[in-house]
Amino acid sequence: MFQHIMVPVDLAHMETLEPALQVVADMARHYDATITYIGITSNSPSSVARTPEEYQQKLEAFARKRHAVHGRPVTARAYGSTDPTANLDDLLVNAIEDVNADLVIMATHLPRSLDAFIPAHGDAVAARARTSIFLVRAQQQS
Amino acid sequence: MASHDEKPVAHEQGASEGIPAPEGAANLIDTDYVIGQDNIATRKLGVPIDLHSIVFTVSSLLILLFVVVTLALQDQVAPLFNGTFSYLTGNLSWVFLLGGNIFVLVALGLVVSPLGKVRIGGANATPDFSYAGWFAMLFAAGMGIGLMFYGVAEPLSHFGTSLSGADGAPLAGAEGDPQAAASLGMAATIYHWGLHPWGAYAIVGLSLAIFAYNKGLPLTMRSIFYPILGERIWGWPGHVIDILAVFATLFGLATSLGLGATQASTGLNYLFGIPNTNTTMVVLILGITAVALFSVIAGVDKGVQRLSQLNMALAFLLLTFVIIVGPTLAIATGFFTNLGAYITNIPALSNPFGREDAGFVQGWTAFYWAWWISWSPFVGMFIARVSRGRSVREFLIAVLLVPMLVSVLWMTAFGGTAIDQVINQGLTEVQDATLDLKLFAMLGQLPLSSITSFVGIVLVIVFFVTSSDSGSLVIDSITAGGKVDAPKSQRIFWAIIEGAIAIALLLGGGLSALQAASVSTGLPFTIVLLFGCYALIKALISEPRSV
Repeated sequence: MFQHIMVPVDLAHMETLEPALQVVADMARHYDATITYIGITSNSPSSVARTPEEYQQKLEAFARKRHAVHGRPVTARAYGSTDPTANLDDLLVNAIEDVNADLVIMATHLPRSLDAFIPAHGDAVAARARTSIFLVRAQQQS
Repeated sequence: MASHDEKPVAHEQGASEGIPAPEGAANLIDTDYVIGQDNIATRKLGVPIDLHSIVFTVSSLLILLFVVVTLALQDQVAPLFNGTFSYLTGNLSWVFLLGGNIFVLVALGLVVSPLGKVRIGGANATPDFSYAGWFAMLFAAGMGIGLMFYGVAEPLSHFGTSLSGADGAPLAGAEGDPQAAASLGMAATIYHWGLHPWGAYAIVGLSLAIFAYNKGLPLTMRSIFYPILGERIWGWPGHVIDILAVFATLFGLATSLGLGATQASTGLNYLFGIPNTNTTMVVLILGITAVALFSVIAGVDKGVQRLSQLNMALAFLLLTFVIIVGPTLAIATGFFTNLGAYITNIPALSNPFGREDAGFVQGWTAFYWAWWISWSPFVGMFIARVSRGRSVREFLIAVLLVPMLVSVLWMTAFGGTAIDQVINQGLTEVQDATLDLKLFAMLGQLPLSSITSFVGIVLVIVFFVTSSDSGSLVIDSITAGGKVDAPKSQRIFWAIIEGAIAIALLLGGGLSALQAASVSTGLPFTIVLLFGCYALIKALISEPRSV
């Protein structure tokens, strides 16, 4: 049913990704799908990488690591932005078309009151994208 | 697309022919510092935060302290702040003038030197913004609002003092000679709005851009000091520089917003008879802050860029209108004669020592220089952020030479029309109007004045919005340790704080006093920028040149 899964990852917050990554591995194996890991980075130096090129390398290393886990074919693609905080949703929606994915699996946080003012990225992408979006909640911190 | 077994992109890129290729497209500084390592990041407070523990805490407490003290002890602190500022411009005007000259000379030198070929972001970087969007943002952040208030007022003022030979006249004045007084007035005004302000912005902007995009250091003021302080920039010396930048930016913006609301309210009263009360001003600040909030949430591309472009379009319309219905021929020839007068008078106007015209140097030039330089962390940080992918030469031409020409044209059109009304038409309305109203008084003598005055007031307000939103982005980035991907809630916080301080000081008093305090940071920043010139040249020398 799905051939190409796009997975947005935030290399600065790996701890919140784990449940989503597990779902990605299971779904990709189930549908024999390929996976594209997407990263959005600031063009200026960030906590993850000091240049967009370094970010791309780290994302590729991450993709290779995931490939070792689930064995499905992977690619990695980084998108740079002057203002990633504000542009993240637009960049993700454009990336879906850009990589030609038919399923997006992404991690999202638990609902919170602030969402009414600043919607979660998963909500915003699902509201605009034509593909199926699978939002996986981060593990609840207790 | 890069599959997982492809070679990393950076290693395939080299520099231009004839220059040894470095390892990457740029030449990163070797440091173990990880951006955000001193940050507090948590989601536990209900809103996600990611802040530099010391810079955010100390600058917030300092800001709070200054606001409370200014409100509570107004009679005591106002003379103190104002006295400090008067002392600086009175006794240290030579520091500002000399510093300003050095910044312009360094910037012009870089335009023509081979270092102009270095590209911000590495030899293969491509620009993030179109020329139109980029230039609109540079200009709106740099001086948009000032042109609205001083475009008519300043040429007229220098013309008046030169003609009468009063104290405050530039150079020797031109007593009794209207043509010479007009020419000198225009030259002095253009001197204040031409190369020198943009020289300071260019040095800060270019240094920050090179140290962030080419050297891999965080986009924050302290990074400029790496060649001088080395790893110590991550400690207190760096914290102090960043805190000073936050202080100057926030108070610079908040007090300008407060005083600007006062001026906009006067304009609204003059045009539409809206009562000029505290309520009107508070509503104006709330409105400006609300639009700025939308803009910071929308971000640089969809918020600041679009508003800046709207502003440029409106300003261009107003300028074209004034040129067409004003004394068109005089403005067209005036552009060249004023540019000539500016160039001829620069050596005398910019001479830091042994000046006879102390009133002009201290009251005008040193005041402006302190002001421009205290704004330079804000404007520099913002233009650095949007200038990735431009070559050093392209950057300096766009930040230094083009704005200078625009200023000449603007001052010629607005100031020239006003002077023409006084000299050739014998009208006194513009001369008699208060500073806030001179623009509207000048427009009032031209056709369709209700429409153009309305456009004028909209421009003033939107220019405030673009300052407010880009300022909030800058403060957010500095207090987040140079991160530009900090949570959205933080930029919202700063935009609101700025509006809140403006309202508190407007109602409680102390706007001018606190503005004097913030402009006083022009002195330490002059020293900072002088070191910045050295660091910038050193950094550029180690960079590969683009093709």
